[in-house]
Amino acid sequence: MSAKDTKTVKARGPASPTAEGPPPSHLLEMYYFLCLARAVDERMMALQRSGKAAFMISGQGHEGAQVGTVYALDREKDWLVPYYRSVASVLIKGMPPAEIFLIQLGKATDPSSGGRQMPGHYGHSRHKILSTSSPVATQVVHAAGIAYAAKLRGTGEVCETELGEGATSEGDFHEALNFAGIHRLPVIFVVENNGWAISVPQRKQMAVENVSSRAAGYGMAGVTVDGSHVLEVYAAAREAVARARAGDGPTLLEVKVPRLTAHSSDDRQETYRMAEEIARVRQLDPVHVYTEELRAQGVLTDAKEQEIRARIQREVDVGTEIAEAAPLPDPATATRYVYFEPPGPGR
Amino acid sequence: MADKRYIDAIHDALYEEMTRDPSTVLLGEDVGVKGGVFGVTEGLFDAFGEARVIDTPLAEAGIVGVAIGMSVNGLRPIAEIQFADFIHPAFDQILSEAARMRYRSNNDFGCPLVIRTPYGGGVHGALYHSQSIEAFYAHIPGLKVVIPSTPADAKGILKAAIRDPDPVLYLEHKKMYRSVRGEVPEGDVTVPIGPAEIRRPGRDLSIFTYGLALHESLRAADLLSPDIDAEVVDLRTLRPLDTKTILASVERTNRALIVHEDNRFGGFGAEVAATVAEEGFRFLDAPPTRLCGPDIPAVPFSTPFEVWFMLTPEKIAAAARALVDY
Repeated sequence: MSAKDTKTVKARGPASPTAEGPPPSHLLEMYYFLCLARAVDERMMALQRSGKAAFMISGQGHEGAQVGTVYALDREKDWLVPYYRSVASVLIKGMPPAEIFLIQLGKATDPSSGGRQMPGHYGHSRHKILSTSSPVATQVVHAAGIAYAAKLRGTGEVCETELGEGATSEGDFHEALNFAGIHRLPVIFVVENNGWAISVPQRKQMAVENVSSRAAGYGMAGVTVDGSHVLEVYAAAREAVARARAGDGPTLLEVKVPRLTAHSSDDRQETYRMAEEIARVRQLDPVHVYTEELRAQGVLTDAKEQEIRARIQREVDVGTEIAEAAPLPDPATATRYVYFEPPGPGR
Repeated sequence: MADKRYIDAIHDALYEEMTRDPSTVLLGEDVGVKGGVFGVTEGLFDAFGEARVIDTPLAEAGIVGVAIGMSVNGLRPIAEIQFADFIHPAFDQILSEAARMRYRSNNDFGCPLVIRTPYGGGVHGALYHSQSIEAFYAHIPGLKVVIPSTPADAKGILKAAIRDPDPVLYLEHKKMYRSVRGEVPEGDVTVPIGPAEIRRPGRDLSIFTYGLALHESLRAADLLSPDIDAEVVDLRTLRPLDTKTILASVERTNRALIVHEDNRFGGFGAEVAATVAEEGFRFLDAPPTRLCGPDIPAVPFSTPFEVWFMLTPEKIAAAARALVDY
């Protein structure tokens, strides 16, 4: 299934997507984050391939889904419950490249886990990014709980959670959406559907073409958009955020994205993906598509592109240097924080 | 002091904590309008409203997972799993998520929540309404596991659990709800999670136990007296375990009998026995010994089966005599 086959499915909610776009000043910012996420991802891969990092899991191809949705949030106020491909999302939420590389290298100052978790397990309380684990879909229920608390406390927060289409087969996915639908919670379930759960294609994962068609079963809005077009994603996400903010309940927002890499650094996708398919999805790369769109609109000039690319190169290089120079964790600290530690002398 | 049933002590702790702290919420199956299948949460729906006393869908992983999300966003959730036998779908959320949140985030996030659940046999609950589940959960670093046995502890430990910064699994033996009574101090009295309590001092052996088995052990001690003077220690908190009180007791009595309703193999008693053997070997006149439920999947239904399964004062007294005669 290609992104071309996607269509918008409405279970409930406003009639048709408006073409509401971001403010003009955001167009280039979104471009910057798309390219930054790609550059950070490529650097993570280089660190792994050069033997400096033990493992790497990529978000390449998912950047359009993440930039489009997280840009529709209030980045200070709203919550993100990410998954292991959420590189662009956590960058936009406030984690700089250096922090991503600290995680990648398992350094003591890795802000998500202090070197305790594998790379790709993002979290950061100050940026309202919840700490995540490896079992898929467990986080989807947490997002529902965060949204319940937001509603009960009247904070006005919206919670976005991200997952792959494989995770929608888990019971936790069902339990989360059911609960969120019942209570009409301010939560957006963003399914980044790249058609593959490691080696298993979507047709062996579910009997439906669009994950969003399941939204009807939870009494919530269900939308499918093409993740190659970041502005289409943004428009759909804006609607979902508005719905959440207005108390009109959750949205199951499916974004069809290309998986441009193997599942992880431990995976060889050539053993289960046809070369033609790998080549074909490259055409759907959201970075290329958005670059062409901005060029056609005259928003992105050669000079502007060079300026942005140079800035990203600098930031990625500086971030890498910071992370490489940072200390590794001391094994003596491995027993800390199993439980709460009251503040006291020596701490 | 007021004389209260075990179930009322739990109810009162919930009522008082929900009154004290508006961030507390209760969620579970039938906990709202009905007040719980055992009646523990009766009246709380009317007192605190449906937004804070939530009748959830039948989804145990969802109950715990939602509680985790609530917890990281400023609430103090108290989840009820209707029967401990039904908690297993939530095992992943408890093990991989709640218990690990602080460790895996290097203290960036905590996960204060309480999961209450009734366990144990003796009420014709059979295979799926009688299980003891503590061994699975006491194995998990990052989780606290408590099993209060008296009304005073039921109330005081629940209050402490609700205020604890970490996730607490709070186990209630369902046969104790209406069969155990006791004095409960008036007012806002907490009982700390951690310390064990010597319920009956003695010289000849130490019985380490918890839950309903504590009450059977106290009756056994009466049967043994005056020939054998048994010390009965209520562990109360399985994790973190009060090894200091355990070892000090064995140092005085030189014999350790561990009694629990859960089956023996890989059970919590093995941890107590190993602790006594490793750290108190020099005190011992006899091997640390376990008296546990039989190693069958759970309590079979029919009355003769159940009678055969359950611990009794006589069974415990016989095990104590054998140990003293070793």
